[in-house]
Amino acid sequence: MQDALIAAAERRAIRDARHDLRFRGLVATAGGFVLLALGGAALSMLWGGWETFSTFGLDFVTSSNWDAIDQQFGAWVPIYGTLVTAAIAMIIAVPASFGIALFLTEVAPTWLRTPVGTAIELLAGIPSIIYGMWGLFVFVPMLAEHVYPWIDANLGQWPLVGSLFAGPPLGIGTLTAGLVLAIMVVPFISSVMRDVFLTVPTRLKESAYALGSTRWEVVWDVVLPYTRSAVIGGVFLGLGRALGETMAVTFVLGNAHELSTSLLMPGNSIAATIANEFAEADTDLYRSSLIALGFLLFVVTFVVLAIAKLMLRQLAKREGR
Amino acid sequence: MATDLIFLKRRIINAIALLLSAAAALLGLACLAWILWTTLSKGIAAFNIALFTQMTPPPGEAGGLANALFGSIVMCLIATAMGTPIGIAAGTFVAEYADRHWVGYTIRFVNDILLSAPSIVLGLFVYTLVVRPMGGFSGFAGALALAFIVIPVVVRTTDDMLKLVPSQMREAALSLGIPQWKVTLQILYRAAAPGIVTGMLLALARISGETAPLLFTALNNQYWSTDLSEPIASAPVVIFQYAMSPFEDWHALAWAGAFIITVFVLALSLFARLVLLRKRVAHD
Repeated sequence: MQDALIAAAERRAIRDARHDLRFRGLVATAGGFVLLALGGAALSMLWGGWETFSTFGLDFVTSSNWDAIDQQFGAWVPIYGTLVTAAIAMIIAVPASFGIALFLTEVAPTWLRTPVGTAIELLAGIPSIIYGMWGLFVFVPMLAEHVYPWIDANLGQWPLVGSLFAGPPLGIGTLTAGLVLAIMVVPFISSVMRDVFLTVPTRLKESAYALGSTRWEVVWDVVLPYTRSAVIGGVFLGLGRALGETMAVTFVLGNAHELSTSLLMPGNSIAATIANEFAEADTDLYRSSLIALGFLLFVVTFVVLAIAKLMLRQLAKREGR
Repeated sequence: MATDLIFLKRRIINAIALLLSAAAALLGLACLAWILWTTLSKGIAAFNIALFTQMTPPPGEAGGLANALFGSIVMCLIATAMGTPIGIAAGTFVAEYADRHWVGYTIRFVNDILLSAPSIVLGLFVYTLVVRPMGGFSGFAGALALAFIVIPVVVRTTDDMLKLVPSQMREAALSLGIPQWKVTLQILYRAAAPGIVTGMLLALARISGETAPLLFTALNNQYWSTDLSEPIASAPVVIFQYAMSPFEDWHALAWAGAFIITVFVLALSLFARLVLLRKRVAHD
């Protein structure tokens, strides 16, 4: 009787162990799948773009001659456009996000913090195509009518930087794309900044207040140094978004393959080029060039996001998480 | 006197900084209000019942978005159904089996990069992986591209939520002799369920407005189609096509579609927030 019970218990233990192993194998496979997805994405695009890389070599990156009829593909214009629009977006979005994070953690009365914070986060949830439509139908006419003529007449006359701001007020162009991108990445950067500002120990801040610091001094000299690495991480996270954003930029950038110094002129970006031209790419080389562009974008965003992640990790480590 | 001046200067700097900060917040809210107002006013003006009953029209004719909305719903549901189980399983592996282990760190790192990776890149990935070998655009490829967006969101939330479950609960269950897979399935998942559901809803909200990965996977289709091996229309792609066109009535349809998507996405993300009441950790 007792033997039978022990035998049954043993059988159950063996069965449980087997199920445990199976379950573990199952979830481990899923974990491996995530790794595989990233590796597969990189390799498949390298493979898809190989024809272009071997045909044009380094010229693919440095040449600005993009001619589908002659089968000449140099991607400098979209690469330049991607970098410039992202730079404009960051120049505007970083200070604005810092201001919003400051407002949400130190300035606003407590009852106001949650609703305003939620509203800003909702901005992040709006699909990018909505930003694009708003940009094209509302923002572009507004800029073309009221803002760009003024910029052209005033900033356009400045020495050195004047050529950046001179040009016909089309509304569509590099600067507009940068502005729309800025609006899009502000919620991402500001919510990271707010979250890391909240991790600063109250003791530190109160000590500074007790020594007679103003609120601004507490933020600038205590909160910001304490969270520096994570703030930089948040900025790079926003940069990663700005570099890879497709729809919003495609609407307002103008899809022009000419290089122009003026920020008011239409330009192009990597993502916008792919979105605009992929469906009509009729030759293998054309398609391969677009995939090669995607590969470049992938590599750049990978590096930027990896930096972001490592920076954010540093603060988390100090927090003991 | 000198100290008074320094004090005054510090106070002025403080006042300016706080004022600028409030202005930044106000600007952010103004942008949100402006974008929402545009979408709502133009969307409601173009809103009617034909949107849900008629097909996407050629220029100059009346029509609706029925096939596009249907395609979107089908692809989003398939993507969520494919991505959620994989995401939950991978999140479980990271949180329960590989936590504080280099494998776990690597998967988390890679997952966070996938989470923010440009969605157009995922579209290209699925194009080279599925569309080119199979020789044609298909609704299935579109759903697969969206699933690659769902997975990292679900992995992240599952991981976070399982880590919030107190380890006493695991230890208590294990000490009763319950095997680990049962502990995970019947105790941990139950405790973390609201968070995991939130992750799923947020993922659904995110993919329902995604355009870029569908452009060259699902392509587009002007007619009603339920065949997933053929190109299929989706609301965001139709909106893109119509908004970029020079035709006024196409613009109106695009705004109506944008209105439907925005309302759906905002309602879903607000609902997801309600499911999960945020927990704040004290830092003292």
